[in-house]
This record gives sequence, structure tokens and C-alpha cells, in this order.
Amino acid sequence: MSIEQRPTVPTIDYREMEKSVELSSIAHEENEELLTLNMGPHHPATHGVLRLLCTLEGEIVRDIKPIIGYVHTGIEKICEDKKYWGVVNAVDRMDYLSYYFNEMAYCGAVETLIDLEIPQRAQYLRVIHLELNRIMSHLVWLGTSALDLGAMSMFFYCFRDREEIVDLFEMSSGQRMHPRYIQPGGVFEDIPLGFAEKLRGFCKRMPTRVDEFEELLDRNEIVLQRLRNVGVVDEQTLLDLGVTGPLLRAAGNPWDLRKAHPYSSYDHFDFRIPVGTIGDNYDRYRVRMQEMRESVRIIEQALEGLPEGPWVAANRKYVLPPRHELATSMEALIHHFKLVTEGFRPPPGEVYYAIEQPRGELGCFVRSDGSSKPARLHMRDPSFVNLQALRPMVKDLYVADLIATLAMLDPVLGGIDR
Amino acid sequence: MPDATGLELIAQELRDRRADGVLEATYFRNQAALLIEPSFIREALELIRGRGYTFLASLHGVDYYPEEPRLGVHYEMLDMKEVDRIRLTLRVPTDAATVDSVVDMFPTANHQERETYDMFGVVFEGHPDMRRILMPEDYEGHPLRRDFPVGGEPVLFTHNEPRQPGWWK
Repeated sequence: MSIEQRPTVPTIDYREMEKSVELSSIAHEENEELLTLNMGPHHPATHGVLRLLCTLEGEIVRDIKPIIGYVHTGIEKICEDKKYWGVVNAVDRMDYLSYYFNEMAYCGAVETLIDLEIPQRAQYLRVIHLELNRIMSHLVWLGTSALDLGAMSMFFYCFRDREEIVDLFEMSSGQRMHPRYIQPGGVFEDIPLGFAEKLRGFCKRMPTRVDEFEELLDRNEIVLQRLRNVGVVDEQTLLDLGVTGPLLRAAGNPWDLRKAHPYSSYDHFDFRIPVGTIGDNYDRYRVRMQEMRESVRIIEQALEGLPEGPWVAANRKYVLPPRHELATSMEALIHHFKLVTEGFRPPPGEVYYAIEQPRGELGCFVRSDGSSKPARLHMRDPSFVNLQALRPMVKDLYVADLIATLAMLDPVLGGIDR
Repeated sequence: MPDATGLELIAQELRDRRADGVLEATYFRNQAALLIEPSFIREALELIRGRGYTFLASLHGVDYYPEEPRLGVHYEMLDMKEVDRIRLTLRVPTDAATVDSVVDMFPTANHQERETYDMFGVVFEGHPDMRRILMPEDYEGHPLRRDFPVGGEPVLFTHNEPRQPGWWK
């Protein structure tokens, strides 16, 4: 069949399209059809098992629906079956990039419930580990996001520095991930010899490393194309959708629970809250980069001013007695036995305790019915709530921008599905 | 948190709107909570929002088994200017577990109401998309209820697949 005999197909004048800036605005029947495209659950750019149902018009995203639940493990239900001590291990595994924050939110809620005073040293040690965890979480975000945008070397550099942090975690708690370091009453163990030295070295290197990351990305045209003026959502919409954390701060709202409602002695430290101006992807990127520098400052101050004293509360009704006392003191042995076999019984009541996680407000709700197991535990995970903002962010963007915006949203599926 | 007196003032303001609107005001560990009559919740939230608590931080369900009415829904409200929190709660029985949806007032409640429905079976009337969110669509039961057992489901592996013929049906 010769070319002339073929059925007539409506042709697109490509020259005309090239001249036009808005490719999608050319009226053409091929562009009018909407296409439903499924992305995920196994997709390298979704940062986990997130499934996105996209409605596309050509290459433009007109509607998007996140479908979640693929890593739902029922941790909240498991927690109801564990003693208050054992729950820490379970909540660790919710948001697998910010485990210290999960522990902190839960322990803070339990400590409020039993009205327990935490020693100053424990509070400082908590701050050091929380901020290290924040840097680690941001490094994983930066590495994977840059990978999505085609900058593969970023991934290696970020994970090189992340490795230093997880080594520090291993030093202080014995575990690289899910450490169960923070516990009701304080922390599990004092920092070992050599930890402070190693941490000081890390704090010295890290700001330069952040500078290097920025040098790699800041003049990269491909990255800038996907970040600048892309995915802009105004502050009020974000607030209505319950978005907190760097996403909200990028839109110009300096809401940060560390400043607004300080917990664990955050008011002792001098740090600034980076905010963006218009709330596009570039601001989100910038805010997180600056947050890493501020976290280093907090760690340095906490390490400098680390007070002497116990690292766990002395109240034997809630905290295990030191090991050496078990051989000499009958009372300590009884307390140990009671705590290990039965656990402690907080008074009946309900408590909501919120902290600032790398992705926003992490709230822990605990209801006690007077028994030694929590009657209900709920984590208000920021990733779960922030995911709702994906639709207004990516509406009428290209699919390539969708990938960049999703990376800048920084969802962690372990936290979303719990 | 509003102090105990402040909480009473807010409760009184709500009672002025509807006499039986507030069932209980509790102040525990510096946290204020109001138990609201379920049909009054939208009005109460509107009034609380007018007092500055504009941000719905969290919406979650609670099962108060064996107390009655069993199911509870909690609304954690946050005032970002005064940095103040207040919790509004309501209780509904399992056989009439319907609550008015607040998605049109607080769009953030969309996912969280779906989660509460999924886990506790509380139906939110007026929700644009009342489906399960975390559990599979064909799942039966509401797993976070207190009378729902932990475990008890056979785990399927390749090696025990022949022993459970027709499991996919």
C-alpha cells in the first residue's frame, strides 16, 4: 500500500508545535483523550510501595489518586498487645527513616501520662540523636530525590555521609536502624567513650559536605528545570490540608514545634528556622538543605553543654534499676522483676504528644485504661497527612515534574501505612 | 493548652449554643478535652475554630470496649498563634456508628476519616470517598476494634499452598 492510499490520519504540524510554548494548548483530537495510567506500587520513583493512579492528558497530569496500604503492618494493633516497655520496639518500625522520632513521640506521651521528670543529660542526649536522625533522613531524601532527577552520584555521596551517622547510632545503641535508644524515663545507655570525639569530627565535616552537595546541584540545569516554580501551592491550602514540616515552611510559614512548643530542652539551643518564599520545589529543597546545617549547630551546642548526671530517671516504679544493684539490693530485684514481668501501670487517661519530625508534626496519642498495656496507640504520621497535598501540587504538571514533586514531598511509606 | 478555667469557659460557650452539647469536660496532665454530643460536632468544631483553633492536627478513632458507647472519634485542634491545643471527642455505639464528616471544613480529615472508618467502622456521612484506605478493599471486619483478635489469619507460603485449596476464592 502506498502512502497516498493509507487512511487519513489527522496530522500535527510539528513546526507549529515547536514554536508554541504551551504544547498542551494546541487543539488536537489526539490530545483530547484522557489516559489513566497506573504508577506503582513497585516503581523506583515512588520511594516505597506507593501506587499512583494518574489521569493524563497527553503528558499533563490532570488528576492523581494515591493508593496506599501495601506495607500496612498493623503496628498500632500490635502495640495494644505489648507492655509499655515493649511498645518502643514496635513504634521504631513505623517510619523507618526517623526511628528516633517515633521513639521520642511515644516516650514523650508515656512520660506525660505518668508525669515523669526526665534528667537533663537524657534530654540533651535525646536532642543529639534526634538531630542526627534528622540529618540522616534528609540525606536519604536528598540522595534518592537527586537520583530521580538523574544525578546518580549524589546518591553515593549522601549515603557515604549517612553511613557515618548510622555508625554513630551503632556506637551509642548497638543498632544501625530501629535502635530502641530512647525509652520511657530517659535513654537506654550513656554515650560510650569516643562517641563525642567522633561526633565532633562529623559536625566539623558536615557543613562542608552540605556545601558540596549544593555545588553539585545548584547549577545543574536539569535539576533546576524540575524545581524552580514547579509544584507551587500556597500556604493556606497547605494549612487546610494539614501539611506541616519543611513543606509548610517552604511556603513561608515558620511553624516548627521545636521553636513553637519546645520539648526535650530545645529552648536551650540557638537555632534558626529556614523558610521559603513561594513554596515551589526549589524552596522545599533549599529549606531542607538549610535544616541540615541548623541541625549540626544544635548537635554542637548540645554536645558542648552536655550536663553531667544520670541518663535515665531514678524512679524505680517506671525505670529498671541499674544492673549492679540487683546483686546487693532486694528492693531493686523486686522492682526489676515487677517491671520485666508485668510492666508499669500508668493512671487511666488520654494524652496526645506532638514533636517535629523531619517531615512535620508527629503526634502520638496514647490511651491508658489503667492496665500495663496501652489501650490505644495512634501515630499521627506527617507523611500520611502530607500525601494529600500531592494532588494540588502536581495538578496540570508534566509527568516528569510529578516525579520531582513527589521526591520533594518526601513521603516515607512505612510511616504512611504503619 | 487552655487551663482548667479556660476549658470551662469554652465548654460554657458551647453549652450556650446547645444546652446538652457538651457531655463532659476533662482536664488531664495539662491537656484539655471536651466530650461532645455526636450530632453537635460540626457546630462545635466551627465554634472552636472561631476561637483560633484553626488547624486540625489529628483525627483518630478509639475503641472504649467494654464501656458504652464503644467507639470514639477524637479531633485534636491546634491554635498556631497561641500554640494551644484542645481535644474534641465524641462517642457512638457500634450499631449506629455514623458521624457527620468534616472534610468540607477541614480537607485534611479526608484520609484520616477513611482510616478511622477502615479501622473502627465509624461511617462518616458526607465524606466524598468513604472507602477503606489501608486494608484491602475486600477485607471483612475492622481490625483496630478491641474484640478483633491479633493474628488468627493463616499465613500463606508456597509450601503450604496445596494444603489450602481454593484460598483465592
